[in-house]
Amino acid sequence: MAQYLLIESRDPFESNDVGYYYDLAKGLVEGGNQVTLFLAQNGVLSARPSAHSGALGALARSGVTVLADDFSLQERGIAKLAEGVAAASIDVVVDHLAAGHKTLWH
Amino acid sequence: MSKKTLTIALMDPPYESENLTTAFRILDVAARRGYDINVFAYEGASGLAFVRQAPHPNPVHGKDLAEENHPTTKDQVAALLAEAEKNGGKVDWVNCGMCVDERGVGEFVPGTRRGSPADFHAFAEASDNVLVIPTK
Amino acid sequence: MAKKTLNIVESAYRAVMEEQDDTILWLLAAMQGAGAEHTVVLRGNAVNYAVAGQGAPGLTVGEWKQTQAPKMDRDVLDLIEKRKIPVYVVAEDLADRGIGPGELVPGIQLLSRTALPALFDDFALVAHW
Repeated sequence: MAQYLLIESRDPFESNDVGYYYDLAKGLVEGGNQVTLFLAQNGVLSARPSAHSGALGALARSGVTVLADDFSLQERGIAKLAEGVAAASIDVVVDHLAAGHKTLWH
Repeated sequence: MSKKTLTIALMDPPYESENLTTAFRILDVAARRGYDINVFAYEGASGLAFVRQAPHPNPVHGKDLAEENHPTTKDQVAALLAEAEKNGGKVDWVNCGMCVDERGVGEFVPGTRRGSPADFHAFAEASDNVLVIPTK
Repeated sequence: MAKKTLNIVESAYRAVMEEQDDTILWLLAAMQGAGAEHTVVLRGNAVNYAVAGQGAPGLTVGEWKQTQAPKMDRDVLDLIEKRKIPVYVVAEDLADRGIGPGELVPGIQLLSRTALPALFDDFALVAHW
């Protein structure tokens, strides 16, 4: 079992490729790995409760830890988060890198 | 906290993408922790440490040069180097040589250097981890 | 032995005419020459790089003419044959774009989208470009 950090900087409103990345996170969890999806930049736009945030809730229920960068949230005035998403500081990214977890950026 | 060595590859040019804001936030955390940090500045990112960047005023908002205090990435790079050193770490910031040449940005913040893909390979081999921040 | 690195490349035709290369594939080839051990997965629009017979003539601006226009299929073949970098292409992304497996340069390995996560286990590092 390995640990992964997947950083998603894109949002599903502008990019239809975000679904691929969410599926990758789910595929890694189903493969027995521990996966954290860290939404950053416009990636946090899907963390606001909306028609698109259900996908994040589903990911969380499948075992992916879904976090949203607090700086990006604040920058965009997002105070209320969709179910399954928690705010986190950028330190989390450095924690994962320092721990040697495979880290990808989309 | 044990000392780590991290490598980050950057590609975006200054002032064009939020990727760099996030990148510098990550780098800052690593520097505050006293980690050793390797940066491979590729393509547009080879201009991040270009010393001839200059701030400017903001006439739309009626701010003069001092009031606007416009960021320059060269200052962020210099501050990163200083922060790492203050905390017992070091930064090896490599500007990809051919990228520098084609952009004419061959004057760097002191403490950064010209390099090549071989440096990125060496960084990756010597690091505890590598993060690639791609451009779109 | 170098750390085995999986490189998922999705960026396609960004600045290839200006640079006369895809700068990611170029970088990986250069690093391979320095001793790296890379594998490439082309996904998204980058699957088009594997289509044989592509390449525009060089750019011209007034009297200025580009003389070394890139051909991405040639560069992909180079990775496989000269640099010994395995190149996978995501099969579903090909099909989505109406590209048949018979249209590709030789040596490409097809990979199902669903098989990508399991591939990560074989590599010390995974980079997304």
